[in-house]
Amino acid sequence: MLLPLFEWFELTTVGEIIRSSVWLFPFIEAFHLVAFGVLGGAVLLVDLRLIGLAFRSQPVARVAQEMKPWLQRSLAVAVVSGSLLFVSESVKCYYSEAFWIKITGLFVALIFTATIRRKVTMAEAGNIGPIWNRLVGVVSIGLWATVAWGGRWIGFS
Amino acid sequence: MSLLGFCQWLAETHWSVALHESLWVYPLVESTHVWALALFFGFAMILDLRLLGLALSQVPVSEVAKKLLPWTTAGFILMIVTGGLLFYAIPVRTYQSIFFRVKVLMLILAGINVWVFHSTIWRRVAEWDRDPVTPRSARFAGAASLVLWVCIIFAGRMIAYNWFDCDRQPQPEIVNWAAGCVVEPE
Repeated sequence: MLLPLFEWFELTTVGEIIRSSVWLFPFIEAFHLVAFGVLGGAVLLVDLRLIGLAFRSQPVARVAQEMKPWLQRSLAVAVVSGSLLFVSESVKCYYSEAFWIKITGLFVALIFTATIRRKVTMAEAGNIGPIWNRLVGVVSIGLWATVAWGGRWIGFS
Repeated sequence: MSLLGFCQWLAETHWSVALHESLWVYPLVESTHVWALALFFGFAMILDLRLLGLALSQVPVSEVAKKLLPWTTAGFILMIVTGGLLFYAIPVRTYQSIFFRVKVLMLILAGINVWVFHSTIWRRVAEWDRDPVTPRSARFAGAASLVLWVCIIFAGRMIAYNWFDCDRQPQPEIVNWAAGCVVEPE
């Protein structure tokens, strides 16, 4: 059902331009990687704080608040650059297991971050038990790790 | 023995060949290298952003540095180990890669930047610890670190591409010189 759509993506002008250029794909890929690094830092710091492994001198809410703009910016760059990479080889992605793992992981991670994780990080200190904090931190790291591994693995398939 | 000779010897060793030809271990090492990027670059960036007054500006700089250090150290060790293994798997081609050479050069510059920062303005950190925007030279160190690491990521990603490989001739003379290619005269 999705295959015709994915085939159409590849035929768009953007997909065509990226595919016919030697430099464009690697260049966008590197942008994607930098965005991933920034995103990773912004996510990990808050998650490790939730788990209680980093930055215990500052409240969770402050760390989360400070990292939020960087999470949003890096996510924007990652989504735009990732979409460009995708339209240039969407049929390959369609048949790649790693791609589907990554995309599923990404959607789950985004929903989780915007709902449960947001609620927990913005809660007043003490309102949410430490076990829930830890659990949310671990789940978030697990989800984003899946996205990262899946993403890298698209290139190996 | 020249460096090239050393790399050629390295490439013949049992584990180098095994790593190169492995279906799973090489991609696994490479994925771990990328994952360590989030830890090392991600956390080093947070300190850089603090120096620039762009994140955690209400938290003392020394506190940010102290809290992040164990993680950046762990991330750096992981990067060096996995990066070393990636080099060990493909020594000759990597040694003769322009992008790898640029990357190593920038890694050295990044190291010098840290060293200069620590031996100058950082000694007086108590005077500006709580300033949301730090002194000019501290901001410079933060910006330089960010720029260098972004370039390192770019160069690292480009190592995978073979545009300038020695076995792809003819190349411009400057490319062969920079990559250290040994080209037989025609």
